[in-house]
Amino acid sequence: MTTRLPRELIMFGMLGVLIAIVIATLGAAYGIRMLVEASCYAILALGLTIQWGYAGLFNAGVMGFFAVGAFMTMLATYPRNDAFWSSDAPGQLITIGIYALIGAAVIWVISQLHRIGLPRKLRSLLMIVTIGVVYLSVVGALDPVGDRIESEMGFVGGLGLPVWLGWALGGAVAGLIAWGIGKVCLGLRSDYLAIATLGIAEIIKAILKNADWLTRGTLTVSPLPWPVPRPDELGFVLARASYLCVTAVLIAVIYVLLQRAYRAPWGRMMRAIRDNEVAAASMGKDVNRRRLEIFILGSVLMGIGGAALTSFTGLFDPSGFLPLNHTFLVWVMVILGGAGNNLGAIFGAVFVYILWTMSEPAALFLFDIARSLGQQWFDWQPPSDLDSRALQMRVFVIGLTITLVLRYAPRGLLPEKLIRHE
Amino acid sequence: MNEIVFFINKVVIAGSVIGSIYAMGAIGVTLVFAILRFAHFAHGDLMALGAFFAFALTALMPGVGTAIGLPTGFVMLPVAMVLTALVAIFLDHAFYRPLRENNVKPVVMVMASIGVTLMIQGLIRLFAGTSARNFFFAESKDIFRLELPFELARRKIVITEPQILLFLFVSAAVVSLHLFLTRSRLGKAMRAMSDNPDLARVSGINTGVVVWTTWVIAGGLAAAAGTLLSLDVTLKPDLSFNLLLPIFAAAIVGGVGQPYGAIAGGFLVGFAETLAVFNWSILLRPLAPVIPDWIEIPDKLAFVPTEYKLTVPFVLLVAVLVWRPTGIFKGKVL
Repeated sequence: MTTRLPRELIMFGMLGVLIAIVIATLGAAYGIRMLVEASCYAILALGLTIQWGYAGLFNAGVMGFFAVGAFMTMLATYPRNDAFWSSDAPGQLITIGIYALIGAAVIWVISQLHRIGLPRKLRSLLMIVTIGVVYLSVVGALDPVGDRIESEMGFVGGLGLPVWLGWALGGAVAGLIAWGIGKVCLGLRSDYLAIATLGIAEIIKAILKNADWLTRGTLTVSPLPWPVPRPDELGFVLARASYLCVTAVLIAVIYVLLQRAYRAPWGRMMRAIRDNEVAAASMGKDVNRRRLEIFILGSVLMGIGGAALTSFTGLFDPSGFLPLNHTFLVWVMVILGGAGNNLGAIFGAVFVYILWTMSEPAALFLFDIARSLGQQWFDWQPPSDLDSRALQMRVFVIGLTITLVLRYAPRGLLPEKLIRHE
Repeated sequence: MNEIVFFINKVVIAGSVIGSIYAMGAIGVTLVFAILRFAHFAHGDLMALGAFFAFALTALMPGVGTAIGLPTGFVMLPVAMVLTALVAIFLDHAFYRPLRENNVKPVVMVMASIGVTLMIQGLIRLFAGTSARNFFFAESKDIFRLELPFELARRKIVITEPQILLFLFVSAAVVSLHLFLTRSRLGKAMRAMSDNPDLARVSGINTGVVVWTTWVIAGGLAAAAGTLLSLDVTLKPDLSFNLLLPIFAAAIVGGVGQPYGAIAGGFLVGFAETLAVFNWSILLRPLAPVIPDWIEIPDKLAFVPTEYKLTVPFVLLVAVLVWRPTGIFKGKVL
């Protein structure tokens, strides 16, 4: 046993060879771009692996947190839109915000009315009516302002803040949303969390896609600034390499912190809750509170990962958020790499991302062969949209991978190492 | 009066249509929840798959419907339901049963069902492409315009043939499901297993057969819902994803594991959606002489813009989870 190399070393060695092949055949600029994107996915995967691997929480809405991170970094870092700031629109938005706050305060007061002896049913009725009125008046006030901003000034524009602040904001807002969902769902079984996160992800996407005054919707926003000099100053390879350094340092910091947390009493408690909730609760652990903590922490990481990837591509495109690319691909990375093992998540992210980018030309190539063979041998008339259909084959493969890994290798390629204290 | 007819067309009929679809989907979800104890995410794709089976059969034999006098897609529905039920049993056999036998956590089953979702989605799009399709390529869709016996109503109530068939089918399905669950031995076994699986097993109920029955009912109803919805509008491959959240919301609002709750929840979610996107100004405008001057009736007064329709089931879901996690009909809290 002692002479065998550790599994991690073999796996990462093979991964290194794979990367070397890609760089050698497709060029350094392409290879490094792929690595940067893979490293952003690794941050997403680390966020998911602590939710799923440490705590057993099912998050089916990675895309939502990704999108929030992307939006916040766009809002924070994109150059200011002077036409917007010199008009009276910001003032109007602030007024509406104050109205919304007043409305929220009134709703809170009503929610406390049972203290002075109001019957519960009456309170609920009053609350529903008030929520309706406040909601309708805020939306009614916002609509014309939004329309005016859209027609006169394009969109709100960014705030022109430094990029790191945008990423941090992305993580913070993603965490805030996770707090709201977690509060509602974490006391119930994890199926509910899955449904709720799936829903919130679609809603976030719908808002980002349709609130044109805020996000420019389907018109997309680009180019977003980088934390390092852009390629037009340094050239593709150098600029992308320095971006890779930034994300690599970020991953290293996150990894070290997570490893420490995993070994700490906090991590031990998390695993205890995951493995036997009842026993952990009977030992006096506040199960729901701990779950909320780790759910927020994971979502913050997802927000940062989404922000980093969006900054890198330089394009904020709300219709480009797809559950397949931004939720289920991350799932495959985590369960294939080994849930609960941070190294496994990083390995899975890089490995699966390389396969994913390679799968597009591979699928087209295979279907091209199928088309020519079919035409030669069977006189088959292929449909004209065969290429777009070929890419759908990848959806099938992702699904098949998930089910097969769950069945035959539920612990992944780099399984979680259980530390035993004898 | 015209406004009320408009209301009937836009809310009563449209709400019943979408409510019936949600109800049929939610029955399947809630039964799988009750018997197998996991949230079956692939349910939306079973619907899409059933609709595609019906469409493929219609494309193969376009003349059948005209001979009988019903839309061909509807004539093919029983075959599509059987095919989808077989697929559902196959999926259980290939993907869910091995996990169940390994005693995995329910969440892992949920993940597996997402894997199955992606597989079905990929296959549908591979074989059928991504464009929308119309069932009525060879025949025409009958549209009935009902005159009202009032002087004031010049507008007519509009209802299409697929919608009438949908209402008939849903009523028949609900009645037969009720009879099945309360009168037949197998239905009672299902309810027993839903209440307490271990007790059901030791009292000699063949749990394997119950699981099969669950998949047959769930798959058949999913195929029916998908086909009838596609007959009413068009058949799109992304049908599944848009239906998933409302169906889960309906099942949870109604009470998980309660088939009647699922029906109620389905209609509740369906009507909530249509009422939320309905433009209420149309109903308020005739009241303008009565309303005091200082209240101005806006041009558009809808609770939610159509693009954000998806928020309605979500808000209902969250409200139920916060205030009454058991749902209307006191279902399980898993």
